[in-house]
Amino acid sequence: MSWVLVLPIAVPFATAVFAYLARNTPAGRWISLAGSVLSLIASAALMVAVLREGVIAAQMSNWDAPFGITLVSDYLSAVMVVITAITGLATAIYALGEIPEETERLGFYALFQVLIAGVTGAFLTGDLFNLYVWFEVMLIASFSLLVIGGGKDRLDAGIKYVALNLVSTLVFLSGIGLLYGVTGTLNMADLRGAVAAADNQGLITVIAMMFMVGFGVKAAVFPLFFWLPASYHTPYFAISAVFAGLLTKVGVYALMRMFTLVFVGDVGFTHEILIWVSLLTMFTGVIGAAAQMDFRKILSFHIISQIGYMTLGLALYTPLALMGGVFYLVHHIIVKANLFFVAGLAKQYAGSTDLNRIGGLYKSAPLLAALFIIPAFSLAGFPPLSGFWAKYLIVKAAIELNMWFVTFVSLLVGLLTIYSMTKIWGYAFWKPHPEGYDPTPDRAPPRVTAAMITPIAGLAAMTIIIGFFPEPFVQFAQTAAMQLLEPTDYVTTVLGVQP
Amino acid sequence: MNSIIFTAGARLLVALVFVFSLFMLLRGHHLPGGGFIGGLLGAVAFIIYSLACGPEETRRALRVSPEGIAVIGLGIALLAGLVSFFMGDPFFTGQWYWVGGDSYETAAFSINSVLVFDIGVYLVVLGGILSLTFAFEEET
Repeated sequence: MSWVLVLPIAVPFATAVFAYLARNTPAGRWISLAGSVLSLIASAALMVAVLREGVIAAQMSNWDAPFGITLVSDYLSAVMVVITAITGLATAIYALGEIPEETERLGFYALFQVLIAGVTGAFLTGDLFNLYVWFEVMLIASFSLLVIGGGKDRLDAGIKYVALNLVSTLVFLSGIGLLYGVTGTLNMADLRGAVAAADNQGLITVIAMMFMVGFGVKAAVFPLFFWLPASYHTPYFAISAVFAGLLTKVGVYALMRMFTLVFVGDVGFTHEILIWVSLLTMFTGVIGAAAQMDFRKILSFHIISQIGYMTLGLALYTPLALMGGVFYLVHHIIVKANLFFVAGLAKQYAGSTDLNRIGGLYKSAPLLAALFIIPAFSLAGFPPLSGFWAKYLIVKAAIELNMWFVTFVSLLVGLLTIYSMTKIWGYAFWKPHPEGYDPTPDRAPPRVTAAMITPIAGLAAMTIIIGFFPEPFVQFAQTAAMQLLEPTDYVTTVLGVQP
Repeated sequence: MNSIIFTAGARLLVALVFVFSLFMLLRGHHLPGGGFIGGLLGAVAFIIYSLACGPEETRRALRVSPEGIAVIGLGIALLAGLVSFFMGDPFFTGQWYWVGGDSYETAAFSINSVLVFDIGVYLVVLGGILSLTFAFEEET
């Protein structure tokens, strides 16, 4: 049983080793691709096990919880691991077309696989300090990936990224230290009881706020999101797609985990703050996007505004809202990674990501235009695409609570999202190219186009499938939300598991 | 740095620190020490050497690139975890073979997967730290 939990982390690490050793030969990229396929298989096995058992846990090194490091997966963790593997595979394919050979020789694929391992580890761990370690693994890998390939812009972005993220991990680490001082344990399942039983509940709330700030920087919520639009528009498109899809979601996941499992003593206070933070995040993100004229910068600001919806799902703290939050998380990873992929291919065809300097893609690359429409309108929440269901669940939860202002802001932000998406559509696709020539697919070699369009089409297909057959996904999200709100199963599985 | 005192002293220091790093690695399981601290000390030895003789000379002394050392270390650490797979235990469970006895008190020495893991960690830390310092030294 325990190997089901280990393999999704071990496979990318092993792939990284082999990919690095073979980095000077073309075999390196195929090793990376094969590793991503294996990761997907491993995470599918995890999903099957979770669907059968509900919650599964394993104690590393055979040290019983709460002393050893526990790996644990409930529905939420399992779906995040699967979606990570899917995004990883899509990126591994996309990178075949985009990443130049010099970058491959620097060990690009090894770093990429380490990043995937870090993200997966963060989703699977049941130990707070171990979570910190995975954050560091992610930070080191993502910083290297951000600056790889060189250039002043990338270094500038990388420094901002690393500086702000270091502050966040520092706050997180201090929170861990204080929490350990108060409760004497760092196992998340054990913490639930220990935190509830702690004498000094005031201090617990302070610690909860430290975690909120630490994870908030990772998740890029208002007012801690500055690093995101400053850095996501510079690296390779494959990398910014992975970052956009996965990295901020790790922060959201950590918030969801800690603020449903551990910090539930003062929901009226902590989650009320989260509501306002979420609303401001949604609104500033979408307004920021409206002011931008760069394909990737618009998308970066939209990440922020969408993060607001997910944290709102957590903040409202009803089964329906959390279910919407989980659904949103999954939908958004697929859609956002895909939009960055589209931006990369649009640059290949039209020569830039600056909306003022490109155009005419609708005429010359209708397939790309069609493939852009799907994630873009899904992001804006058009029925019947996946984003509609995600927004619908959140808005419905807000209405059920009679929170009309929250409802109003959610709908308004959806509307403003359409504005940005139509802006990209108008400038990049409809308007003729300013330099008068037609951007054509001929500008990219067939190998590049094939490698880039395959993941775009695959993720778009997933968006449509979720949109037209939301039933199983909604049911899954419902179970995940129930497990989050009622984590007795999680706690007993972790603490009572026989190794 | 062109100080003959430092260069001459470095020869002694490097050997001493490096041997001490191996000592720290080997005493790790039952006494304070281990792969991480050993790796840091090993990196310190090579950093002293590169301050005295320059990073180029240090790369020659290392023979393998520091990134390569780190990645190989990662592989070794993973392999140490995988050993428990064949024994039917959870990941990373230590596997012990006692020579001349059956426990820590009675055996002369032991062959175990924990040390293999520590060696992996040692190499990861050594390679990681060195690749960082070389990057700083070689840029200027």
